[in-house]
Amino acid sequence: MDVLACVKRVPMVGGRITLTEDGQEVDTRMSGFTVSPHEECAVEEAVQLTEREGGTVTVLTLGPPEAEAQLRDMLALGAGRAILLETGQEEWGPQSTAAAIAEAARATGPYDLLLFGNEAADTGGYQVPVRVAHELGLPCATGIKTLGVSVDGVVAGREYRGRQERFALPRPAVISVKEGINLPRYPSLPGRLRAKRATVERLAPGARPDGLRKTRLTVPARESRRAEVLGTGPEAVPALVALLDELGVLP
Amino acid sequence: MTVLCLTELEPDGGTVTDASLRALAFSRSLAGPAGEDVAAAVLDAPDAALAGEARAALAAAGVRTAHVADLGEAAGYAPLAWARALAELATTGLATTGLASTGPASTGPASAVVAAGTDHGQEVLAHLGAITGLPMAANCLTAARGDGGQWQLTRQRWAGSLTEEAVLDGDPALLTVATDAVAPAPAETPAELAVAPFRPSLADGDLTVRATVSAERGGGVSLATARVVVGGGRGVGGPDGFGPLEELAGLLGGALGVSRVVTSQGWRPHRQQVGQTGTRITPELYLACGISGAIQHMAGCLSARTIVVVNTDPDAPILAHAQYAVIGDLGQVIPALVEAVRARQNPVR
Repeated sequence: MDVLACVKRVPMVGGRITLTEDGQEVDTRMSGFTVSPHEECAVEEAVQLTEREGGTVTVLTLGPPEAEAQLRDMLALGAGRAILLETGQEEWGPQSTAAAIAEAARATGPYDLLLFGNEAADTGGYQVPVRVAHELGLPCATGIKTLGVSVDGVVAGREYRGRQERFALPRPAVISVKEGINLPRYPSLPGRLRAKRATVERLAPGARPDGLRKTRLTVPARESRRAEVLGTGPEAVPALVALLDELGVLP
Repeated sequence: MTVLCLTELEPDGGTVTDASLRALAFSRSLAGPAGEDVAAAVLDAPDAALAGEARAALAAAGVRTAHVADLGEAAGYAPLAWARALAELATTGLATTGLASTGPASTGPASAVVAAGTDHGQEVLAHLGAITGLPMAANCLTAARGDGGQWQLTRQRWAGSLTEEAVLDGDPALLTVATDAVAPAPAETPAELAVAPFRPSLADGDLTVRATVSAERGGGVSLATARVVVGGGRGVGGPDGFGPLEELAGLLGGALGVSRVVTSQGWRPHRQQVGQTGTRITPELYLACGISGAIQHMAGCLSARTIVVVNTDPDAPILAHAQYAVIGDLGQVIPALVEAVRARQNPVR
């Protein structure tokens, strides 16, 4: 089984999120970059599938030259081949991203399975996997939390509003997964060494216009507050019990 | 013109889902200023019939026309088939369904197609975007059509930690709604609802991907709907430290929730994770213990009515989002709290 896993380089953010002065980007001067959590699980799932079924894992990203670092992180998790669709520093929208990925999948495949994260952590567009599936004429299921292989297809599952939904898809198929489908491994030392030496293939994607365009970003105004301190240590428990009583949550 | 809103029903078909009521409220905010009507696309009505309770809910939400799909053998959730049905309604309005209509034909082509920002809503609108070649904007907060037909909108990024202002060229505009940011409020004046059954024309392959649904998973209080959530983070220290938190959650009739570090360490299963890539919670009380408050975590719990923090660090970012805090070690505070709650339950006479 030959699997293509697509990832995105996103800022690593912690307790606060700050923007560049022009309001166009997240300020990353004090932080680094990582891969969206759902997508790290997509790569882990691809590696696990090929460990069981045989085959290859190719990781692909569309992004600036620096996104090579995220591809190497994914090579260290067990992917065997890496492809960078190299762009400038500007953000690509969902339609142009999907078109470029579909074109690259055609040029570098064939693949039995294309795995994505359900949505990117930063832009949260919720559509690239579906658009890629349509460009390639493949069936697609999104938000998947369980994935199994059948004779000529895959069986994908998720929970929706407390009930289990199960989809049987013929292969090749496009699947987007959510965190929780697996627990991504930590890269092994040999994995890291292999990733460092590996070649990252570069392709130049053809840009095309996007119908959704960012004007600027803002940090939503939230009620600025400082928690009222009820006390310190176990001595604060009576005050805490009184509060829970007032909130009406005590049995 | 009309604003067409994908509207889902509860599994028994009795009434409209909360998320869809929010999407309908958002749809009214688009339709009102333009003097347009809101139409609902109901694709999951059992036996293609709309129950009285659902009709009342739609009328209260200001829906003029409910297009109720008769999918026959094709009934059930199939994302591409649902997108095909929306595409048909959006381009032709009642033109194809007028004959079957039981009410006044009042709508035309859609100016916007709206869905709740749920797994189904995002997936169906993404398919609709792909089959029509139209752009789609997910998790919108506001949208309005400006001069020249271009839409100005705001939408969530980072699960709501950032707001994006954007323009969208789309006719119709395809928008999903950030359900935690729009209240499920009824219309000021209820609409007179017309029900228009229709049978979508599906293409080959539209049913290739189709859900088989199995019964609800039982057992325990659901994290998403729990009235009380007791949260544990890195400060719990390891997989063996969750006993007192679970005990407290049990005493309060609530659920245990954890931060991402806890699940990525394998201390607890992912289904207990609160946050951007886990569950969004909406409890009366969120008691967050040993959690620093990364934005990805806060994205999942800011809808809690009251947040109370137990943390050794008085400068932890989560204190800026909480109403109350106890500064201290959760390993001491929580067992003492459990004891105190127990003592109240069973007072010594």
